[in-house]
Amino acid sequence: MTAVLFVSQLLNGLQLGVILFLVAAGLTLVFGVMDFINLAHGVQYMLGAYLVAVLVAWSGNFAVGLLLGLLGALVLGFVLEVLVFRHLTRRDHLEQVLGTFGVILIVTELVRIVFGSAPLAFPTPAALAGSVTLMPGLNYPVWRLVILGVGVGVAALLWYLVNRTRLGMLVRAGSTHPETVSALGVDIDRLFLVVFAFGAMLAGLAGAMAGPLVSVEPTMGDRILIVAFVVVVIGGIGSIKGAFVSALLVGLVDTLGRAFAADLLKALIGKSAAAAAGPALSSMLVYLLMAVVLSVRPSGLFGGRTA
Amino acid sequence: MTVAETVRKPGGSAGLRLALQPTLVCVFAFAAALAVAHGLGSSYGATMVGRTAAFALAAVSLSFLIGQGGLVSFGHAAPLGIGAYAVLIAGEYDVTNLLVVLPLGFASAALFSVATGAIALRTRGVYFIMITLAFAQMIFYVAASLSAFGGDDGMAVASRSTLFGMRVLKSDTNLAILAIALLGVALLALDRLVASRYGLMLRAGRANETKLQALGLDPYRHRLTALAIGGGLAGLAGVLLANQVEYVSPATMNWHVSGELIVMVVLGGTGRLAGAVLGAVVVTVLDETLGHFTEHWKLGLGLVIVAVVLLRGADLKALLRGTSA
Amino acid sequence: MPPVPNRFLLAAAAALALPAAAVADPVKIGFVSTLSGPSAALGVHMRDGFLLAVKELGGKLGGQPTDVIVIDDELKPDVAVTKVRALLERDKVDVVAGVVFSNVMMAIQKPVLENETFLISGNAGPSPLAGKGCSPFFFSASYQNDQNHEVMGKYAQDKGYKRVVLMTPNYQAGKDSMAGFKRHFKGEVVEEIFTQLGQLDFSAELAKIAAANPDALFTFMPGGMGVNLTKQYAQAGLAGKVPFLSAFTVDETTLPATQDAAAGLLSGAEWAPSIDTPENKAFVAAYEKEYGVVPSLYAAQGYDAAKLIDGALRQTGGKTSDKQAFRKALASAPFKSVRGTFAFNTNGFPLQDFYVVKAVKRPDGKFATAVETKVFEKAPDAYVAECRLK
Repeated sequence: MTAVLFVSQLLNGLQLGVILFLVAAGLTLVFGVMDFINLAHGVQYMLGAYLVAVLVAWSGNFAVGLLLGLLGALVLGFVLEVLVFRHLTRRDHLEQVLGTFGVILIVTELVRIVFGSAPLAFPTPAALAGSVTLMPGLNYPVWRLVILGVGVGVAALLWYLVNRTRLGMLVRAGSTHPETVSALGVDIDRLFLVVFAFGAMLAGLAGAMAGPLVSVEPTMGDRILIVAFVVVVIGGIGSIKGAFVSALLVGLVDTLGRAFAADLLKALIGKSAAAAAGPALSSMLVYLLMAVVLSVRPSGLFGGRTA
Repeated sequence: MTVAETVRKPGGSAGLRLALQPTLVCVFAFAAALAVAHGLGSSYGATMVGRTAAFALAAVSLSFLIGQGGLVSFGHAAPLGIGAYAVLIAGEYDVTNLLVVLPLGFASAALFSVATGAIALRTRGVYFIMITLAFAQMIFYVAASLSAFGGDDGMAVASRSTLFGMRVLKSDTNLAILAIALLGVALLALDRLVASRYGLMLRAGRANETKLQALGLDPYRHRLTALAIGGGLAGLAGVLLANQVEYVSPATMNWHVSGELIVMVVLGGTGRLAGAVLGAVVVTVLDETLGHFTEHWKLGLGLVIVAVVLLRGADLKALLRGTSA
Repeated sequence: MPPVPNRFLLAAAAALALPAAAVADPVKIGFVSTLSGPSAALGVHMRDGFLLAVKELGGKLGGQPTDVIVIDDELKPDVAVTKVRALLERDKVDVVAGVVFSNVMMAIQKPVLENETFLISGNAGPSPLAGKGCSPFFFSASYQNDQNHEVMGKYAQDKGYKRVVLMTPNYQAGKDSMAGFKRHFKGEVVEEIFTQLGQLDFSAELAKIAAANPDALFTFMPGGMGVNLTKQYAQAGLAGKVPFLSAFTVDETTLPATQDAAAGLLSGAEWAPSIDTPENKAFVAAYEKEYGVVPSLYAAQGYDAAKLIDGALRQTGGKTSDKQAFRKALASAPFKSVRGTFAFNTNGFPLQDFYVVKAVKRPDGKFATAVETKVFEKAPDAYVAECRLK
């Protein structure tokens, strides 16, 4: 293993973590503020990718398409909240799981009816395509660096919003003492509407960032959803800091596992056994990580309460 | 759809008699459906009745965990799949006797549930939901790496289970009878359990853990037992499914299946075990009929689910607020 | 035309003893395809190709009114088996056709073939069905699974590549793919990388490949995985450096999504839109007119499957009740394949030509594959010798 390879795998892990953070941030916000399990977060990620893909093609300009697409994701977040989620906020978790699962089925099928099952084109913006040389022997795709930058930027923005603004104060308070907050005369429904729509936009942004890397198709949200939940739970529900740390952790564990687990096993248990066990092990590493974290800290790394 | 939710306080024999009724209704309804299918000479009808009864059994076992123990497992596909793999793996070693395979399916699934539950029970609420998912995903990947048993593709089972060499399950009607019988026995046994002191403790632990602990009672052991029973029954359902399909693959352990089981349970209402049977019937029938009319049948299923949840309103609230309440 | 085996004559005689189905009934075909989930695009192409042929024939196969019952296997073997049972027992279909994925095929072949119902594959061609588990009721309108991988192995060998990295998902088809590639490739396999099924991010694997710096990469990433890999391969700057040899990764189901990122990448195939026969030109034009996209090999196979059934029914006067006659008719491949040369081997798999195809941008801006070079001619599969059918 060379140093160059190791550095590039580290970058890969961080970059995967950042995408996971973008998805998980909205999820953990909604989770934390309203004690609301939103399985439909994955379809909001998918809708973001579709909106941006379509609008970029329509406007012919990536920046314009991205802005309009994020606006569209925000609007769709409002619509979904008013139509469905608002009526589920005070229900128990299982009803929320069922209701939002229904929303997944509906939205996924509608997208399939409109766009078909085939993946949509989402080319990398020309200016950000290709790769740059970071150090001798290490070429890295520009778009992945952009994702890293956007993710760190969003994390900083969220930190500022949550810790330095009135809205953030309410969000923090709402996640730990919802009764107190509503007793203070804050309209908790409106707070939720804002948080929810913002979360939907974050999911949309994640979809748009992932678009040039992955297949943009109706079920693209399904796979990321489970991993995003893993991130949220490892980090501790409702904690943005937790989501950030755990997203990077999950990204690194997954990537480094895929990169090196097979080789490590080969050294330990021989080639043929490793060939069988390696891929299986690297697939389950993330879940292993979650089980270990939760068995040591049952409320996640930064979880203050038992939700 | 109105699945009225009645908060039941089973106590003593009166509660048991009440509990018997929905169980009998379920069993008779399945038996009647099977009789009709048999009368029409429709082996496909018998297949569907058997398959629905098997899923109902799995849903009932999950409903027991959720409704009685407050243990929302998002990994119930794991014991189900383990039961199915018990059939496949035992069959590869020429063990096909039902009297071996059924207990084996139950025991291996229960063992998995206890081993993982011992860790998972350290957590509560959403964390419990997710840690059960994690364990189910792990066993999914383990199954996918068993190349001797088909790996990710899965494998056909050598033959349906037998009774001392007699191929009693060759007919789909017999398989359906077995499924209905197991479902009935499970419902009766669980009803008894729910009405017993043990059931009371389990529910008490769900409602107010702190109070229970203050009384010097430890809900941990009760919960672990519940997981073993629920997991074991799901394993039996897995044995039935493997026999019905004659093919076993890791797809049975996919988290989608866990999700579907939760949908069945919640759709039917978590308060009554028989509600899960209703939920299983609704989901299987919708799947079967809508799928025939349109390629986009999932749209219909989604609309039904959202409508049920929204219309049901406050009926089911506060069943599982977690322990933060 | 292969002679009919004695064993089969016995089975057919038994079938004949049963009362023949009412002649006026329409021909019923159960079409099994993957229509939901991330791999739905493949199934949609195969189904659309099949339905296009039925439509062109006026809704009739072999001159008979035809019911096509399309079911979605959801890529779950147990779901597929249950639905196929419904086709056999409730709908009493005459033929089961389609099936994209081999695990679904292996799960459904037992109930279908034990029921002595004809099974026409529109894509999946697992090795057991070509070899020891071959059946007189099974015909493939596609290929044997190993073959498109063998094409790339042969091509790599002919090109003189010395060091190659192989990368496939970690499941049986992935392992078969590597085995198929190595059947004709005699150089060094630097590394065999197994990935997760449905993997999203390939950065770790691409970094490994860049570090190994092989003469070529061979990969098999069907469906969405192929889109992910192709996009990321281009972004990592590997597309111009390490030749990308593939099977079922770069085709018309993925090209609309990958576009320029896939241009110039190579794939092994038995068909491409560019094949220059009148039948193929008409098919490609009709498919594009009907569905607005360029057909893929899945669409071509679906189309051929319908034409095959049509041709056989014409020979038997629209009846499938005489199973021996219908098998004989099918085995003679009584249709003009869009592929050109097409005949059946004794195991029901095709004898056909195989090509290396290349993704290109057509003058009208759409992306498609085009034949680069022919690698095999009228190639038999590697398992036919194990098949007892003669």
